[in-house]
Amino acid sequence: MAEDILLSSIIFLGAAIVCVPIAKKIGLGSVLGYLIAGMLIGPFVLGFVGQEGQDIMHAAEFGVVMMLFLIGLEINPKEFWYMRRSIFGLGGIQMVLSSIIIGAICHLYYGFSHSTSLAIAFSLSMSSTAIILQTLKEKGLNKSSAGQASFSVLLFQDIMVIPILAFLPLLASEDIRNVSAEQNFISNLTPFMKTLTVLGAMASIIIFGLFIVNPLMKVIARTRLRELFTATALFLVIGVAYTMKMVGISPALGTFLAGVVLANSSFKHELETDIEPFKGLLLGLFFIGVGSSINFELIYQKPGLVLFLVLIVMTIKAGVLLIAGKVFKIKSDQNLLFAILLSQVGEFAFVLLNFSGQLQIVDPKWIELMMVVTALSMTITPILLLINERFIDPYFGTKEIVEEKEQDEIDEQHSVIIAGFGHFGSTIGRFLRANGINATILDNDSDRVEVLRKMGFEVYYGDATRVDLLRSAGAEKAKLLIAAIDSTDINHEVIQVTRKHFPNLKIMARARNRFDAYEILDLGVSNIYRETLYTSVHMAVDVLHELGIRHYTATRKAQDFIRYDEEALRKLAATRHDAKEYILTVREQIELEEKLLSEDLHQQMTERDSAWDSTPLRS
Amino acid sequence: MEYIQKTLILFAHPRYEDSRVQHHLLNHIKTLPGVRIHDLYEHYPEFNIDIKYEQELLLEHDLIIWMHPFYWYSAPPILKQWIDLVLEHGWAYGKGGTALTGKNIFSCISSGGPKEAYLTEGFHGFTVHEFLRPFERTAGLCNMNYLPPFFVHGSHRITTEGLQEHGKLFHEVIRKLSQEKVNMDNLKNFDYLNDWISS
Repeated sequence: MAEDILLSSIIFLGAAIVCVPIAKKIGLGSVLGYLIAGMLIGPFVLGFVGQEGQDIMHAAEFGVVMMLFLIGLEINPKEFWYMRRSIFGLGGIQMVLSSIIIGAICHLYYGFSHSTSLAIAFSLSMSSTAIILQTLKEKGLNKSSAGQASFSVLLFQDIMVIPILAFLPLLASEDIRNVSAEQNFISNLTPFMKTLTVLGAMASIIIFGLFIVNPLMKVIARTRLRELFTATALFLVIGVAYTMKMVGISPALGTFLAGVVLANSSFKHELETDIEPFKGLLLGLFFIGVGSSINFELIYQKPGLVLFLVLIVMTIKAGVLLIAGKVFKIKSDQNLLFAILLSQVGEFAFVLLNFSGQLQIVDPKWIELMMVVTALSMTITPILLLINERFIDPYFGTKEIVEEKEQDEIDEQHSVIIAGFGHFGSTIGRFLRANGINATILDNDSDRVEVLRKMGFEVYYGDATRVDLLRSAGAEKAKLLIAAIDSTDINHEVIQVTRKHFPNLKIMARARNRFDAYEILDLGVSNIYRETLYTSVHMAVDVLHELGIRHYTATRKAQDFIRYDEEALRKLAATRHDAKEYILTVREQIELEEKLLSEDLHQQMTERDSAWDSTPLRS
Repeated sequence: MEYIQKTLILFAHPRYEDSRVQHHLLNHIKTLPGVRIHDLYEHYPEFNIDIKYEQELLLEHDLIIWMHPFYWYSAPPILKQWIDLVLEHGWAYGKGGTALTGKNIFSCISSGGPKEAYLTEGFHGFTVHEFLRPFERTAGLCNMNYLPPFFVHGSHRITTEGLQEHGKLFHEVIRKLSQEKVNMDNLKNFDYLNDWISS
């Protein structure tokens, strides 16, 4: 048995490793890559996996739950409140209109009964959260109006799944009505108590998020064990999902809510980077599952019918979305994108159709057919999007105003990242903020993060040497990284990691002292700021002044001295280059210090300075 | 493109980000070959002018332009700092001070007030030439050939068309001086270099 798990893991992962990079390379996007991988290993092509595709799909649906949690993290409660109109407006129009049209066709054209038509209509009007959100994220369209609108509609569909599941048994004939979607904690309660329980569960998520998670995370952070952090993050998401399921709310909705509540937490970035890989993997599995469950035999038997159904369903859905978008005044190019994005039938259809089958509302033959239609429509979406992106979108005159988007991006991705917000980094941050520049700040002292956040700084808790954290802090788009971490070793590590993974990001580095500066120079950074240079020279100026030398004269000497000293630093750094290791040995340090002092003796520290000197004129 | 005089623009504006006229003038000439724009405030935010470097720059160029807005009938302070420090005795003037002999120099200035204000009977009571005497004499002491200034008056009220016009005019002045053989003595007949091109 254990071997079976290992073997299927190898098959699933292997297929993904082969197909996804190829799909990405030729511009198809990862979703299509996974789907194709699934089709290849599925029972109808290579036959590596049989029916377990379906099972894996169910397990992997948890990826969608995690995805909604991550999306919640990106939306703070205020933004969420602003979205309420589009959630219920756009979502409502989409669900109602799509269901009516699809239901009417089922009833009038195919002659299904009212119940059957209704069940099919509900199932097919759902769209795929997994495909849409993954695609949006990959193309960076999260914040576009099409992205926002899609998200609103998906959220509404998520909310609707539960009432629909409760409603379907009413359509069934009397004797099988007792088959319930899922047995849960509240099934036997009165409607009033049900509502109360649901509200109570939501409230407890909010209270938990606001008052318990942060202190808990702080305790975990103090242990400085990364894996414990990951465990906590997973515990959080799974815990919320489970609780929600217990009280009969969609787990995706629950985790989304938890995400929104935690959007303002100082541990937001940590949570994000911890959950992200799990989400990615589970979603990938989910797509593979969908791919492998496509019944090619059925397509082969009735190609015309299948194709016609896919076409008609997607056209209806897209048409309804276009109308909804028009009502909500979405610009035409964005509206088209929105319509294509949501035109497929989603994963909830599998659930609803299966359930309808159990209730004997819909004929098993038709369920099988609808399943194929669903999977096919999911596969077609990425292709349609590609066609839209390449061939249709470029011809639109009414592009969204680019400037507006750019500002959004700057707002979201700050152009300066400060790693380390101790006394050194925070001085920089304060000065930048005083000049209207908001830097993204990374610091791994959770107590400090808490305080600074209260003061309105954008500070994130985390280890700045981690590539994924740097990436989520916007290292790919930022202009400057300020390496200002107290520990020289960690500071060097940040510099090395940044230079390796984000070669276009300019680094400005804090150096403890002259030796530290030599080492940072060897790491290939030339903008180095020694904390011991400027302050000591500044003090030395005041010493000269105390001794009776005019302040301006002393200041000019100091300017010369700093210039000389920085030249000397580079010169000496170049002389010691037999060393393979950049870390200086003690002997080397003494040698360099000696060289520097003897250099000073030979150098006329302040060269011939005849400024404002009238002696030569008088002689 | 061949050029006859290598041109160095010593540019001084303490608040360049808000300037309209100087911005426009520079934009019109920055692509000309053989013209080097040296932004003093950008280069020396703390006024610690690198004397050696500045002197080398001067030696490499034949036509020098002091370019700045008109502040208190004179230049912004960094240009005075530059004059104080770079034009050293024994190098630029005085005994053995021949490094700059024969180089051409003029001022390119923008003023808020209109041209009529700079008349003997006008608001300021003196002409631009009278106000610029210290610069003229500085050039003279260094044995440089001092040319009439290029002036943009009335910068407070200037229109976009006015800016364009002056930009084109300045471009022509610099292009001609750097690329064509020009009789410098002839230029001295004009009040402003603007008039040379317009005539």
